[in-house]
This record gives sequence, structure tokens and C-alpha cells, in this order.
Amino acid sequence: MSAPLRQTAHKVTSSRVFWALVMRDITVVRRELIFFLLRTAMQPLMFTIVFGFLLPKMGFVQRGYTSALLPGVLAVSLAFAAIQSVSLPMVTDFGFTKEIEDRLLAPVDNRLVALEKVMMGAIQGVIAAIFVLPLARLIMGPIEGLSLIHAPEVLAVTIFGAAAFSVMGLYLGTVIEGQQIGLMFGLIVAPMIMFGCAYYPWRGLDAVPAMKYGVLINPLTYIAEGLRAVLVPDKPHMGLPMVLVGLAVITSLFWVLGLRSFMRRAVG
Amino acid sequence: METRALRKVYPAPKAKRTPRGAPSFAPGTPAMAPGGGMTSASGDIIALDALDLAIPAGEFFGLLGPNGAGKTTTIGILTTRVLPTSGQALVHGSDVVQQAVLVRQRIGVVPQRPNPDRGLTVIENLLFHAAYFGFSRSASVKRAQQILDQLALGDRGDAKVDHLSGGQQQRLMIARALIHEPDVIFLDEPTVGLDPQARLALWEILRRLHAEGRTIVMTTHYMEEADQLCDRIAIVDRGKLLACDAPEELKKQAPGGTLIEIVLDGDATPAVEPARAIPGMLKVDADGRTLRATNSRGGEAVAALIASAQNAGRQVRDIHLAPPSLETLFVSMTGRKLD
Repeated sequence: MSAPLRQTAHKVTSSRVFWALVMRDITVVRRELIFFLLRTAMQPLMFTIVFGFLLPKMGFVQRGYTSALLPGVLAVSLAFAAIQSVSLPMVTDFGFTKEIEDRLLAPVDNRLVALEKVMMGAIQGVIAAIFVLPLARLIMGPIEGLSLIHAPEVLAVTIFGAAAFSVMGLYLGTVIEGQQIGLMFGLIVAPMIMFGCAYYPWRGLDAVPAMKYGVLINPLTYIAEGLRAVLVPDKPHMGLPMVLVGLAVITSLFWVLGLRSFMRRAVG
Repeated sequence: METRALRKVYPAPKAKRTPRGAPSFAPGTPAMAPGGGMTSASGDIIALDALDLAIPAGEFFGLLGPNGAGKTTTIGILTTRVLPTSGQALVHGSDVVQQAVLVRQRIGVVPQRPNPDRGLTVIENLLFHAAYFGFSRSASVKRAQQILDQLALGDRGDAKVDHLSGGQQQRLMIARALIHEPDVIFLDEPTVGLDPQARLALWEILRRLHAEGRTIVMTTHYMEEADQLCDRIAIVDRGKLLACDAPEELKKQAPGGTLIEIVLDGDATPAVEPARAIPGMLKVDADGRTLRATNSRGGEAVAALIASAQNAGRQVRDIHLAPPSLETLFVSMTGRKLD
């Protein structure tokens, strides 16, 4: 049936197993790339059409609004993509048959499997942002103050932001029962998108102080404001150090929580 | 491979904290651990209670017991997927908790329910699993195809996993458990849900694997399966080891004689008294139209039983004989049937 038994176990390094896990996810994601992009970009793009194209055309919003909207739309796209890319597969991975078991049986620390999931989720968030940016720009037309001279910083904020939502996806995907995952989007993700300073700048909330400090628990606030800081630096935005600290705190918190609940599901 | 005083206790289910809509433990129904088990005074579920096993390399070992006996928990611990509450388990000399990675290098696991990676095709399931164990794609392509051929899945390599039948998925799980050349293979109830033909085919595969020198640990609640395949069988119930020996030795321990069941054309009660006088008769009962007798002289008593039934005015419609078996042993040890 197979080769003769080996006397010693086949040695394998963690980095090699990690790479194999990455290749597995790339294979699966590539197969569904179109659906992935449709799923993550449709909502932000429709929002862009209404608020970034139709309303300015009708004269209901001021011309400068698109400067605040574009970074927000990017933030929503990457957040949505990252959280979905991790949490949705977790439902089948830890579902009835525990599909992830073939990866949990790999000869590495199971935490590496969680880390790989988070990394791939963050990468998918970045891909969503890169996909949406030109389309949104096209729909909105010329955007006041938009500059790409800080491209490395834009990429950095995008990566940190995607990481924050990716680890949140790990946490939510492993604590929420499969049947309730739809509820997660309605009760947790949708309010985060509406109250995450994506469609209005944080400074605008000076008028509603309770809200201004309330939204600081929302990681989307930091992503949207961070992208404003690097994409439209002349417009009002939160300071970049505050953005990075906010994202670092939230990412660390959800990494600890997410890893704990992942391991609880992985090992009975 | 061995376990020492292995114990696994699942905490009492917190009914109130269970989210609405999630599987919950309805009040009044007995609590069940994943798979069953005994409930302690505090409501905790004792799935394994001081289990000691020693399985030499190369053995085909069977864990036999009813649902909830602790078989799946034992396999779960030995395959590093479940943490024991206390006690120790070693596989290939490595501790399943402290050296889980070393253990995983040596084992292949066929789960109770097929759980292939549905995002991948049949052959990709094997190639990626091999990659998780450090085998390069070029090294495993040929081997994957070879294993698929041997498991009669050779032409399904590019198929989506969802397009496989239940039996094919089960064979894919076996292929996956073999692709990284493990020394020890664990199978958890591998034949549940398979049709008789697929079951026999699987038995053949397992015999071949065993003949190659692999250690095989299999759980089952089918007596016949354990009897046919295993070098030794551990009978477990309610988390405890009741007996552990070769099937022939266990059968010798089975109490009583041959079970003879005679189905009559009417109520069997009138035939009970005359049957008691038959030599070697240990026990006689009537169960509707069935006369159930246990006799120490085996089949010899059949003629006399038929005669006594006829004397009672009944005609015999059917006869069934069951010699001392694992089943009769199990019933005598646990007071209940296997399934």
C-alpha cells in the first residue's frame, strides 16, 4: 500500500508548515477571488455611488465631502474583507465535522495555524483596499487634496488596520456559534461601519462629544482617520501616533482573546 | 503506546449561558458529554476514569464499547486533539501534551465523520496534508496518486470533495491519514454509515496496512469488526477498562452456554416449563412467540427444545443459535447491549 516504514520521523520546520498553510489558503482564495471581491467591495462601492457621486451631483453635500469619504470607503472595504476572510471560514473550520482538523494535526504549534489565518485575512483586507481605491476614485471624480506621495504610510495604515479586523475576525469567528454568524454582521459589524468615522471625519464629532469619545473603542475609527492622515493630509484628521497606538491596543487585545478562543476550539 | 490513569472530565454544561438557538441541554434530560459518559455528583461528565492501556508497536488494537464509553475521548487524547484532565498518555515514547508536535509527526488520523478540506479537490487534500508534514509537492504527487489508486479513488483526483459518496470520503480520509507515512494510524468508528460492501473493502485495506507493520488503533461498537480485525481488544464502558485481551481469550471468558432462540407459531409461555427439564439447560424465558434458552451443551439441546415446544402444542417457525461471544461477554460485564 505504501512505502516501507521509516525508522525516524520526517523532520519539518515550522516555517515550512506555515508556508504550506499559506499556499493552501492562496489556492482556496484564488478560486473564489471574484466572489470575494464582489462580496467585500459591493457595499462600499454602492455607498460611493450614492454619497460620492449622486449626492454631490444633486448638491446635497459639499464638494469637499469626497475627501473625507474616500479614506472612509477604503477603511470599510479593508475592514469588511479582513473580518470576513477570517470569521466566515472559521464557521466551517470549527463546524460539525471540524474541517480544520487536517491543519491542526500538522506537526506544529496550533497557534501557528491561527497566526496564518490572521495573516491571510489581513492580506485579503489589503487586496480589497487596493481594488476599491481606483474604482472609488473613478466614481467620485477628482478629489480635493488627495495625494499618493505618502504611499508607504498608506500601505502601513492599511496593513495595521487590516490586521486589527483580521484578529477581530479570529475572535468573533471562534466565539460565535455557526448559526449566529449572520447576526454578527447585523449586530456588530454594521454598527461598527456606521459609527466608525468612515462616512464623516472624527473632528466633525466635536459637535457630539459623547459620540466623539465613544467611537474610540471602534478600530474602524483609527483606520479611517489614519487613511485621512496619509491620503488627504491637508484635511482635518486624527494624529497618526494616536491612530497607531489605538490600532496596536485593539489588535493586541483581540489577538490575545482570539488566540485563546481558537485554542479552546482547537483542543478539547 | 500507553496510557496511565488517564482521566477526562468535561465540566457540567452551563444551560443558562448557552446562547439561544445553540444546541442546549434541555432540563430533565440526562447530560451527555461529547459522545456520552458518566455524570458526577457535581454534574461534571466523566468521559474517562483512570484508563490504563499498553499497546505494543505493530499491534492492531481495538477499543470496543457502546456510545459514550469514552472511546472517542481516548482517541482524541492520543491524537493530541483533546487534553486529559489528569494522567499521562505516550505515543511512540512522546507525551501527547508536552510533546504534541512530536506525536503528530508519527500519527495518521481517520476521524469518526469524514472532514476533508472542502475548499480543495481530492488530490489537493492529500498534497496539502503532505505539505503540512514537510513533504514537497514533487515528492508527494506520485505517492498521492498511488494511494488514491489503491483506495479505488484513482479517477477522482480532480473531483470536488462534495461530489464523493460517503464511502469515497471515508477512503479519502484513510488516504489522508497515510500520505505522510505515519507509523501509527488511529481510526474512530471507521465503518459507521458504510454499506456492507464498503465495510468489507475497508477491512481489507486495514488488514494490508497492518501487514505492513503499522500500529493501528481503532474504535468500534461492532463486535464482529473487532473480532475479525484486532490482535487485542479493550472493552471499555463508562470511561473504564473492563477487559483487555485477544478476541479468542475474551470469548473464552464469556459466561454461560449457547443462546438458542426458537420462534413458535404462538405464545411461547407453555413451552417454558417442559424446556427447563432439558439437560444442560441454564436459563429459559418466553418473550412473546420467542422461546429463549441458554444451554451449556450447545446445539445438542435443539432437538429436545423443539420436542418440548411441540408437546406444548406449538410449531417451530425459526431457530437461531448464538455461541459464547464477545457480545455475550459484553452483556455480562456491563449489563447492557452494545448499541
